[in-house]
Amino acid sequence: MIRPHRTHALWYAFILHRISGVALALFLPVHFYTLALALTDPERLDGFLRWTELAVVKFAEFGLVFLLALHMFGGLRLMALEWLPWSDRQKTLAAGAAAVSFLISGVFLLRAI
Amino acid sequence: MLTVRLYMLQRITALLMAPLVLGHLAVMIYAVQGGLSAAEILGRTQGSVAWLLFYGAFVIAVSIHAAIGLRVVVHEVLGLKGMLLDLFTWAIAAGLFLLGGRAVLAVTLS
Repeated sequence: MIRPHRTHALWYAFILHRISGVALALFLPVHFYTLALALTDPERLDGFLRWTELAVVKFAEFGLVFLLALHMFGGLRLMALEWLPWSDRQKTLAAGAAAVSFLISGVFLLRAI
Repeated sequence: MLTVRLYMLQRITALLMAPLVLGHLAVMIYAVQGGLSAAEILGRTQGSVAWLLFYGAFVIAVSIHAAIGLRVVVHEVLGLKGMLLDLFTWAIAAGLFLLGGRAVLAVTLS
């Protein structure tokens, strides 16, 4: 059974923000490590960048771009909630954050393939 | 497990990163077109003080932001607290700062 509070739109906003945040934090060391290859081993960096041409990797990148945009817009929504005297527009803003993130990552994917 | 200072630090780094993330998103969409290569990335970033400052600020902010964020999650989910929690927070911040700083220097130093 789904607990009642977990059907609330704000709970989804919370869990999406948490999952995207943890995922981005886990991705960062890998991101930094591969970039640093430019200094230590440029040939391996090029090999890695060729690997990113695979469609499945492009799609994973789409996911990462989506999570980044989602986390940013979700974070702005959170700070707006905390600091601005808002009330009823919360759900609209949350949906807007997801929609704009999807738009941005969608443009990324279309440009990438 | 969030003091007022950590809470404020989390928000300040978030506000700082909002425009940086938008810039990063735009650069990604621009740069990914036609595929990426080391030469292309380095051609854009090497010797550029502007990119060094942009991504340097990004790395500093994200190291702090991710460390505090993970600190909250680890406390809530795993129940870590006290000195171990502080140690965890510092380890994440230092690790990301070192890895990220190394990456930024790798692509911007000429």
